[in-house]
Amino acid sequence: MEQVEYRRRARTWLEENAGARAEADPGTDGLAAARAFMAALHDAGYSGITWPKQWGGQGLTQAEERAFAAEARDFTLPTYVFSIGLGMCGPTLVDLGTDAQRARYIRPLLRGEEIWCQLFSEPGAGSDVAALQTRAVPADGGWIVNGQKVWTSVAQHADFGLLLTRTDVDVPKHQGLTMFIVDMRAPGVTIRPLTDMTGHARFNEIFFDDVQIPAESLVGEVNGGWKCAVTTLLHERLSISAEVGMSGQKDNPATFAALRKAVDTSDPLVRDQLVELHIRSRALALFNQRLAQETKAGIFPGARGSAAKLLLAELTNFSADLAVSLVGPEAVAYDDDSGGGGLAGAIALAPAMSLGGGTNEIMRNIIGDRVLGLPPEPRLDKTVPFKDLKVGTQS
Amino acid sequence: MNLVLTAEQQELRAAVRSFLGTASPLAKVRRDMDSEQGYDPEVYRRLTGELGLAGLVVPEDRGGAGAGHAELAVVLEETGAALLPGPFLATTFAAILLTELGDKELLPGVTAGTTIATVALDADRVLNGAEADVILVIDGGEVRAVRGGDRTPLTTLDPTRRQARAALDGGEVVGASEAAVARARDLFAVALAAEQLGVLRATLDAIVAYSKIRVTFGRPIGSYQGVKHKLADMHCRLEQAESIVRFAAWAADESAGELPAAAALAQAYVGRACFETARDSLLLHGGIGFTWEHDAHLYYKRAKCDEVLLGPTRVHRTRLADLLEL
Repeated sequence: MEQVEYRRRARTWLEENAGARAEADPGTDGLAAARAFMAALHDAGYSGITWPKQWGGQGLTQAEERAFAAEARDFTLPTYVFSIGLGMCGPTLVDLGTDAQRARYIRPLLRGEEIWCQLFSEPGAGSDVAALQTRAVPADGGWIVNGQKVWTSVAQHADFGLLLTRTDVDVPKHQGLTMFIVDMRAPGVTIRPLTDMTGHARFNEIFFDDVQIPAESLVGEVNGGWKCAVTTLLHERLSISAEVGMSGQKDNPATFAALRKAVDTSDPLVRDQLVELHIRSRALALFNQRLAQETKAGIFPGARGSAAKLLLAELTNFSADLAVSLVGPEAVAYDDDSGGGGLAGAIALAPAMSLGGGTNEIMRNIIGDRVLGLPPEPRLDKTVPFKDLKVGTQS
Repeated sequence: MNLVLTAEQQELRAAVRSFLGTASPLAKVRRDMDSEQGYDPEVYRRLTGELGLAGLVVPEDRGGAGAGHAELAVVLEETGAALLPGPFLATTFAAILLTELGDKELLPGVTAGTTIATVALDADRVLNGAEADVILVIDGGEVRAVRGGDRTPLTTLDPTRRQARAALDGGEVVGASEAAVARARDLFAVALAAEQLGVLRATLDAIVAYSKIRVTFGRPIGSYQGVKHKLADMHCRLEQAESIVRFAAWAADESAGELPAAAALAQAYVGRACFETARDSLLLHGGIGFTWEHDAHLYYKRAKCDEVLLGPTRVHRTRLADLLEL
């Protein structure tokens, strides 16, 4: 009964306060509005629902969090710019930070006063993030950092970043990593927008040139960074899998619903291709609904979420490909003011779904290893000192 | 919509799995498929009489259990996974059709397991046509029950389930309703998809287990990405197939308007997914998978026969397109 009441109150609050659209880059006005929304969300008790009360959370359970998420699904919340902090950095600090760090950072994060980004991936370390090469060396009681990070979402707005560095090259790669909190406005931090294949800058590359980090910004233990990173990545997967398949398809021109209006369905080949798209879309939608029902019933999907992610990536690429093929030349050459270009955008964006949040190949490894319990591949990289290991594309 | 098994449905699954594991393990399936009748009537009698599974969806006032198609799907998934030989699916089709027609005469015997019945989906190829006491013949909206007459056993690709050519003239009319027949056909599609889900799951389980113990070039084959990634894709098929079967069974029980499209979707997706998984499972076994002594070919053959049992995939895809008004 309490749950029903909780949901009812959450819905009422959302109806009164939500509505603004989430933008990848909200701009200055949008950012101010988003910050105001977060502050109101926190005041109402819906920011950090499961986080400890002591640090600014609500101290409630997963049941309340899920109840709120279920209601929030019907609204578009302007929380994108805070999502890395809320989904990954904050939970990591709650789990592994010092009390001083929790007291300093958690409440402003939950209130949207400070924005966070995550600095793990590098040009030579994507799927294999433990191969990263950004160095942190001790200096004057603190640390000096040099290196490059990439694929960093919301860094252009971020106040702080959760940074993973290499602190020891004489031990195997997982054992020489250390995590820090880095001030994104510190001297020596350069943030450059990274334009992706759609022509938009959805993320950034970050350069560190002799950036000083104070000793108290260490997260966890020196050379204990991999354990911290695993915690962060676990929270990342949880926050992504909670979203998988939930996002609106309303504006996607490559869906079955949009395509059936755009093509000649009297052609039996066209008809059959549309049926194929319908079958695949329904199969995945039903799988996602089943996972959601299981989660609600207390069955944690765990690594099975990787199957949903892989299928979504394949469906996204399949449908964009099919849509452009069915519509033909006008999908790829159009007047800018004609309202065309939707399918060109869709086919250009499609690879993102297969690359972000773990590639298709990594998803298949996860399904094989953790869902099916298959034996792992023999590894060359677990026992060799990092300095003797080949990483990225170095020869 | 309910896509997750209830505690009672999980108990039903465990009970059927346990029964079949003891009464009809694969070694016995092989003996029974080579026997004169092609199945063990004692197993069939216990499955229908003792466990009451032939009348699962038959209303209680006609001798059945009054359960839903969701429960039937749970049972058929297990009989599929066990490659149960004999007329259980055929009898299930007959029970579905008779139930939809409101029959009171034949159902008690079918439910009790004393009457073996089947439905003639095709005059030249009747599922378990030689073993059936009664063949239900669909003429438009009219259904006749034919007893006796010529039955000519056919050679079937699937050695675990036989078919026969049958003379389908005469017989008594047991009911007439185009709507009931149409709904029954959709329910056949859902029931068959449940069996296919069982076959799919069993073939995936088999190759996953084998790839953990079979070693090549010094390590288990399941550690190679060439194998592991195929198995991951097969797992994805299983997850989607199960979701579709649960949805279609739910629609059969709770949402009549959604049933036709759900049934067509079930056959269009699960039929292919089942065969592709059985095929990939056989192939990944290597040479041993091509031998008669290995069970992989039995699943492969069942999967192919099931895929075309209610018409080839294109029939279901066309139906789906029609229902979507494409």
